[in-house]
Amino acid sequence: MNLLHDILFDYTLRSVTLGCMILGTVSGVLGSFAVLRKQGLMGDALSHSALPGICVVYMLTGEKTPILLMAGAGLACMIAAWLIIKLVDNLGIDSGTSLATILTVFFGGGTVLLSVIQRGASANKAGLDKFLFGQAASLTMDQAGAMAAVGGFALIVVFFLFKEFKVISFDPLYARSIGINDQRLGALLTGLLVLAIVIGLNTVGVILMSAMIIAPGAAARQWTDKLNKMLLIAAAIGSGCGLAGAIISIQVEGVPTGPAIVLCLAAVSAISVLFGTARGYVWTQKRRAARLAS
Amino acid sequence: MSSGAIVALTAVLIAASCALCGVFLVLRRMAMMADAVTHAVLPGLVGAYVLANGPNLLAGLVGAAAAGLLTVWLVEVLTRSRGLKEDSAIGLVFPAMFAIGVVVVSKWYSGEHIDTDSILFGQLEFSWLDHFMFQGRDLGPTSFWMGGGLLLLNTIFLAVFYKELKITTFDPQEAECLGIKPRPMHYALMAVVAMTAVGAFSAVGAVLSVALIVIPAAAALLLTSRLPLAILGSVGIAAIGSLGGHASALKFDVSIAGMITVILGLVFLLAALISPRKGLVAQFFRRRTQSRRFAAEMLVVHLLTHEGTAEEPIESAYVHLLDELEWSPKYAALATREARGRGAILMVGDNFRLTASGREWARDLAEQKRFMPA
Repeated sequence: MNLLHDILFDYTLRSVTLGCMILGTVSGVLGSFAVLRKQGLMGDALSHSALPGICVVYMLTGEKTPILLMAGAGLACMIAAWLIIKLVDNLGIDSGTSLATILTVFFGGGTVLLSVIQRGASANKAGLDKFLFGQAASLTMDQAGAMAAVGGFALIVVFFLFKEFKVISFDPLYARSIGINDQRLGALLTGLLVLAIVIGLNTVGVILMSAMIIAPGAAARQWTDKLNKMLLIAAAIGSGCGLAGAIISIQVEGVPTGPAIVLCLAAVSAISVLFGTARGYVWTQKRRAARLAS
Repeated sequence: MSSGAIVALTAVLIAASCALCGVFLVLRRMAMMADAVTHAVLPGLVGAYVLANGPNLLAGLVGAAAAGLLTVWLVEVLTRSRGLKEDSAIGLVFPAMFAIGVVVVSKWYSGEHIDTDSILFGQLEFSWLDHFMFQGRDLGPTSFWMGGGLLLLNTIFLAVFYKELKITTFDPQEAECLGIKPRPMHYALMAVVAMTAVGAFSAVGAVLSVALIVIPAAAALLLTSRLPLAILGSVGIAAIGSLGGHASALKFDVSIAGMITVILGLVFLLAALISPRKGLVAQFFRRRTQSRRFAAEMLVVHLLTHEGTAEEPIESAYVHLLDELEWSPKYAALATREARGRGAILMVGDNFRLTASGREWARDLAEQKRFMPA
């Protein structure tokens, strides 16, 4: 009960848990679309690509204003996404190679910029390291507020374009035939995914962000075949694991928040893959046995 | 040997080892699996560190290979059960593995030989510090033994299994017929990748290992489609990247691992531009030639259609192209210049007339029904 009291009334803990839950919800919903559109690893690549954007903004402004850093990160992600698609379209290389190339070049460039910043060794520089593994334990209410604003915007867009997003996720060709511009809407979905990534950067960091995007959606898919239910379940799993991970990292000293959240997600995913009612292993086997028997 | 030379040579050795196994990974469209494996070796390394009670090269390699194979197997199981697509499976497994490694390191081993910074960025800068001691004798920097050993491992692996790797990559069914099982080859390759990743991991960190494996191979495969050349080329590009990256990092006083990746990225960009078959420059010229020829073809077929008819004087006039065919002056000029350059038309007064060879060309085109004469 003490913990609950702390989370509700302690300033730091409140912003930490709030931030992790916001992230879990937003990345759960947008990640579901990414999983359905086979773009899960795009999330991984884009989150790494944010690093140079963060560094450039910091070098230009010399400050760590959350919303500006998010803007820089978002811009770098969008450039990376564009390049990844262009490489596949124009050079005829497979998407995996394209993802890996752009991801590492952007991250490498970011590493170079980071080493320039660290050479300057201003008192502020420590904060940038947190974007790598995330340090939710130091989330401020300012940051949580920025996360809520950006994430809220993304969720509102999903709410209003739900039907269109649904069609392009399951059947892009059909979408085109009924006059929906699947490429433009697909780009919009990728843009919203970037927003989710940007929110996650200072919470779980660039490396583990891909799990935040893929795991809730992939786990939710095991329980239902309906998109609206899948989104709700993914949001619940995301925010639940966000909360659980935040609590674990607060309670157990020396465990960073990002990995804690990811391990919770891994556990939930494992359970879902085994016991999910729609596609889980156990039920699928049972149904197959029943079909064979009849 | 100066510390700088040791660092540079270490970088070359490790980059070359990565490039060797990278070619087959890229050909098998498994670049992101390489990403997964390079991350997933972390818990293997940590486990080996805990079991061997300190840093131990051999234990580390075995642990890494085990962790890498576990990742590949988990992805396969998750994908096979039809519940997940492959990219989701990869994206689920490796962050979980990596997270386990990070938690163990930051909870119990922070400040020791392995810390989170070296996981991310590697320790290439300090590779000259550790020396390999055997029975009290100094046998040179450990990084040479590591890099050289991995290069040897990869070279032997490719030399011994070259034919098997090639056939299982390009034609798994044919391989099956010849009695070469693709699956064991797949796992053997991934085990080698995982062990190579250990070297890359300790040099440039988890993320940039992927750069060493994927980028030289991808660039080389843009430049040539012949496998032996691609393998040699990727090793060459790896060497250029690591030497260039090292030199420029020293010049600008920035991260060596980061600079190596940036240089590799530039080499890739260059390859994307100048590749003879797929390059952007080649594409540009090919497209331009095609569009010019197409314009000229339309013109000669148009002239042939109306040749000898009453409307010929009107139809073959330059202004007609603009007014009735609605060509822009630029396009009309392009078409006439190209057709004249090919000796297909002549200018007689204000009108165009087909030459003998132009008429034959136009007839051929009309016969092929590439253009439907009215």
